[in-house]
Amino acid sequence: MAQLFAYILHKDGELDDSAMELLAAAKKIDAGANPTAIVAGAPDGLDDVCNKAAAGYSEVWKVASDALAYPDAEITRKILVNILPADGIVLLSHEHFAMDLAPGLSVKLDSAFAADVVDIEGADGDTLKLVRQAYGGAVSAHVDCDASAGAVLTLRPGVFAAEDVSAGGTVVDKSGEAGDTATARKFIEIVEAEAGDVDITKSEVLVSVGRGVEDEDNIEVAFDLAKAMGADVSCSRPIVDAKWMAKARQVGTSGQTVKPKVYLACGISGSFQHMGGIKGNPFIVAINKNAKAPIFQVADVGIVADILEFLPDLTEKIEEA
Amino acid sequence: MEILVCVKRVPDTSENEIELNSAGNDIERDDLVYSVNEWDNYAVEEALQIVDKAGGSVTVVTVGDDESEEVLRREMAMGADKGILLSDDAFEGADGRGIATILKAAVDQGSYDLILTGAQADDGAAQVGGMLAAMLDVPYASLVNKIDVNGDKITVGREIEGGNQEMHEIALPCVLSIQTGINEPRYVGIRGIRKVASVEIPTLGAGDLGLDAGAVAAKVKRLDYFLPDMGEGAEMLEGDTDEIIEKLIEMLKAKGGLK
Repeated sequence: MAQLFAYILHKDGELDDSAMELLAAAKKIDAGANPTAIVAGAPDGLDDVCNKAAAGYSEVWKVASDALAYPDAEITRKILVNILPADGIVLLSHEHFAMDLAPGLSVKLDSAFAADVVDIEGADGDTLKLVRQAYGGAVSAHVDCDASAGAVLTLRPGVFAAEDVSAGGTVVDKSGEAGDTATARKFIEIVEAEAGDVDITKSEVLVSVGRGVEDEDNIEVAFDLAKAMGADVSCSRPIVDAKWMAKARQVGTSGQTVKPKVYLACGISGSFQHMGGIKGNPFIVAINKNAKAPIFQVADVGIVADILEFLPDLTEKIEEA
Repeated sequence: MEILVCVKRVPDTSENEIELNSAGNDIERDDLVYSVNEWDNYAVEEALQIVDKAGGSVTVVTVGDDESEEVLRREMAMGADKGILLSDDAFEGADGRGIATILKAAVDQGSYDLILTGAQADDGAAQVGGMLAAMLDVPYASLVNKIDVNGDKITVGREIEGGNQEMHEIALPCVLSIQTGINEPRYVGIRGIRKVASVEIPTLGAGDLGLDAGAVAAKVKRLDYFLPDMGEGAEMLEGDTDEIIEKLIEMLKAKGGLK
């Protein structure tokens, strides 16, 4: 089996939750695998991050570079091409950084590429047996990935359960092999999201609407219900894309992370990007007219109904009570 | 500014419930309604807006069969100047890497300052743009939700976590993958489609592109579609609406959902 690598995300000196998930995923490819963690970043504080990674990984490659004061994917790709063997299997967490980095990395390494892997059934020789999803999670697919010349895999965050480990690994300094870091794309700054009129990250009860609301004029059914319940209104991505609500009300990995006690998902299909923004294990009620919507697999309670009829009825009954 | 936008014909998930076929190994393809990938519409709209300001032209390209011509015509009805269909039996079963290889061959036959793709399509892999950029050896940015053109450089914003935006300055030429919400794609009426109905769309095959079948051989192969066992799932409330509402209100009270 080829050597396995895990690219470790870290911020403010702390490992991302995905760091140990990648280790668990590597063990699903090969139970005896000892994957190598790669920790790249600006020199300041990087040793501390490497030591944290070494708690789970038996070997950690440290790549300290002033060019990575901001973790830029284009620069990181150049560095990885310089330090990685061509036939390695590289694991990354499937989020915005890997989406920027990984497809191009697979081309530069001349490796196979599989994105947003949700399960690994093992390896048959050089063939990785993977599971992906399609059509927004409506169906899954078994996928064979020929890793004979290496592979780059991005793994869905949160699906590979991190195990308690104590590897007591060693840190190897690879900074000298990073090579040229000049790129034609220059990072300028992070523009922070504008604050909205309501901070949904603090809401205890959320009435959240998605595509099922169908038209901007119908949004009021959610606001009416929220008013009756003493809740706030949030939404899924299509509502913000359509400019029917402010970005500050969007729940999901590209929006806000919310921690309510109760979450009413109204006409929301339940993509993993949306569910990724819901933390703290709330009581989730899903109302959707499509009985096969993926949201019913993750909700506590489900109701098959058209929200445009159901929400006004519910509002009326709550107001009567 | 010469802009190429890569588009894809996909089953329209807002028009269809995607279901397994009776054999349980593929999606049910009878009666599927196809349309242009949602993300690609935003990419075409963005290209049109850039050309409105900076001049130039917009070409749309797709890899597919004869039926994929309809998505090219739709995007031309939006205002794209030209369409190119890349079609060959040898392209069937191509993985993301294969599609990027085919597109790269088409890019090499033109002269483009900016190449746009949708951030992702029906398979959710978000891979072709980044692969194409690497093959062309030009800069790439994914999940782009803002573009400002200033001469031979552009400033782009990438959508990252928490609604924040990662800003970069990029030298042209480059490849960008476009996120939904960057603009409001214009409406295409039946009249617009009719206007471009007879415009000739050149079709290029493997030979025209200088590709042999080995160049697009898939390393990643989908074996089937299936429905995963997701455990118990939600407790479904059934009955007439009044009963459901009564039960739901009780549950909401118990969980602190009513104030």
